[in-house]
Amino acid sequence: MTAGSDQSAIGTASTPAPERPWRRFLSNFVENKVAVGALVFFLVTFLLAILAPWISPQDPFDLIQINIMDNRLPPGSPAMDGYVYWLGTDDQGRDMLSAILYGLRISLFVGGTSIVISLVLGAFFGLIAAYFGGRVDSLIMRIVDIQLSFPAILVAVILISIMGRGVDKVIIAIVVAKWAYFARTIRSTAMVECNKEYIEAAIGLAISRLRVISLHLLPNSVAPLIVVAAIQTAHAISLEATLSFLGIGLPITQPSLGLLIANGFEYMLSGKYWISFYPGLALMVTIVSINIVGDHLRDVLNPRRQQ
Amino acid sequence: MTEGIIRRLTQCIGVLLLMSLLVFFGVYAIGDPMAVLIHPQADQIQIAEASKRLGLDRPVWEQYFVYVANLFRGDFGTSFVYNEPSLKVILQRLPATFELVLCSFVIAIFVGIPLGLFAGLRPQTASSRLIMSGSIFGFSVPSFWIGLMLIMVFAVEMGWLPSGGRGPTSRYFGIDLSLFSLDGLKHLILPAVNLGLVLLATVIRLTQSGTREVLTMDYIKFVRAKGLSNRRILRVHVLRNVLIPVVTILGLEFGNLIAFSVVTESVFAWPGIGKMLINSINNLDRPVVVAYLLLVVVIFTVSNLVVDILCSVLDPRIAITKSKA
Repeated sequence: MTAGSDQSAIGTASTPAPERPWRRFLSNFVENKVAVGALVFFLVTFLLAILAPWISPQDPFDLIQINIMDNRLPPGSPAMDGYVYWLGTDDQGRDMLSAILYGLRISLFVGGTSIVISLVLGAFFGLIAAYFGGRVDSLIMRIVDIQLSFPAILVAVILISIMGRGVDKVIIAIVVAKWAYFARTIRSTAMVECNKEYIEAAIGLAISRLRVISLHLLPNSVAPLIVVAAIQTAHAISLEATLSFLGIGLPITQPSLGLLIANGFEYMLSGKYWISFYPGLALMVTIVSINIVGDHLRDVLNPRRQQ
Repeated sequence: MTEGIIRRLTQCIGVLLLMSLLVFFGVYAIGDPMAVLIHPQADQIQIAEASKRLGLDRPVWEQYFVYVANLFRGDFGTSFVYNEPSLKVILQRLPATFELVLCSFVIAIFVGIPLGLFAGLRPQTASSRLIMSGSIFGFSVPSFWIGLMLIMVFAVEMGWLPSGGRGPTSRYFGIDLSLFSLDGLKHLILPAVNLGLVLLATVIRLTQSGTREVLTMDYIKFVRAKGLSNRRILRVHVLRNVLIPVVTILGLEFGNLIAFSVVTESVFAWPGIGKMLINSINNLDRPVVVAYLLLVVVIFTVSNLVVDILCSVLDPRIAITKSKA
């Protein structure tokens, strides 16, 4: 690995030909071994979550496979039929490993979906603000400013206390709490792009506004959003877990990692730590790995670095 | 300056009005409070009487105006569960939350600034790197999970500290505080550390980057050339300049900590307003929920405003007009 990056560094120095941006991005990214490791780890987690129904030893929703007599077994205990509960079982006798894989699926789904929606909404309003400027801009940005001055958890709690719990409601709450970050980020890049000549030329060609915004402005201002999206995904997963842990997030039929942790909390005080420890560990390493990747992406994509 | 403050004030009032609208129509007007309030076997006449007594038969906008008018008289409605004015319910629990927030501040300041200075002065050493990566950890790991780990290690495994609840309180100046007894302090340590951790990480990072930046300035080279002792340079010339952004953040984080106390208080069963909010949401105790949300928004807006004004007083280069809510 080290030899490879050294060679590419020498290659850049000796060949004057301009590097393609993608290649430069990749070679910059693999410089940081920790970030590469985090990315690989996250991808594996993501795969495990997607494949949960096929690879997990037990289906936690299938009552036939669960034996209530096996409840609250410590990690490594054998089940009655010889299968080993590597991470122990919860109070219903469910295998924690399977519960975590399924929970990861729900957590990643809620976090990912809400960030995709926030990104689309934020990009839409941010581009509109940047393109039209003036009153539209100041109205949108005023709302963004006001919203960003309140912490996401407060915004989410306000909305949840109005709407109640549920998957869709948690997603709405996260979207409302997060869209402003995307709007602010894309607006500042798009403002710079709007002053460039190709936008002027596009407007001069009498192309429709929608086309100018979606085909010219959007592709050129979308890059910084990638970093924001990575870091905000980690935040969104954390926010969902927090809401679910507090009992105002997902319903009990959608056991995300936060709900699993809440479920084991009461047993933690009596020393049965594994029911909430392992789901929490899974949550933590997922969030930290996304954060490390996001942090490094920000460093790599920082324009000041490429001097 | 004055113009800026006036503009900010009007903006704050606008935000508060907007919030009261949102919260009122959200929490009050959706769903039927009668279903919660009245006996299930009540007949139509009784329901009509009760809703007339509570003013629920009037048009929604009229109800809103009555509600806002009552707000100005300090009447936030009566809690369904406690059967007491909701403002009173909240004010009873406010000291516990403030105590927690205050201790978190103290921890963040007295641990964060020295660590940040150290990491900024010797950025290459292993311990500095450890401090900085630890602070990333403090940012990214969900706060409730850290709380659980604290309980698991210090309360369950080691048995050093209690796992939750508030210790014995004693009354000072009419406020119940648990700061002045050993048992009270023991109960306070874990929740305060938990709540203060994010702030601690922020303070460490700000102090570190500030120190590194200030050290490259010409005036530091100059006072060094003048032959001042390292300690004096550090205390007078470095620390003072580093502290300006830190103080700003501390002010802005006050409201954040109150909002985050919802999580910490639930984990540690701390009897403050955060835990009360979760209970009230689960009990459908709408007047208390509305009163809490409005109160926290007021605390938030006011503390942000105060910080902005203070900053522009401390550093006249910062204009007050361009600002957040």
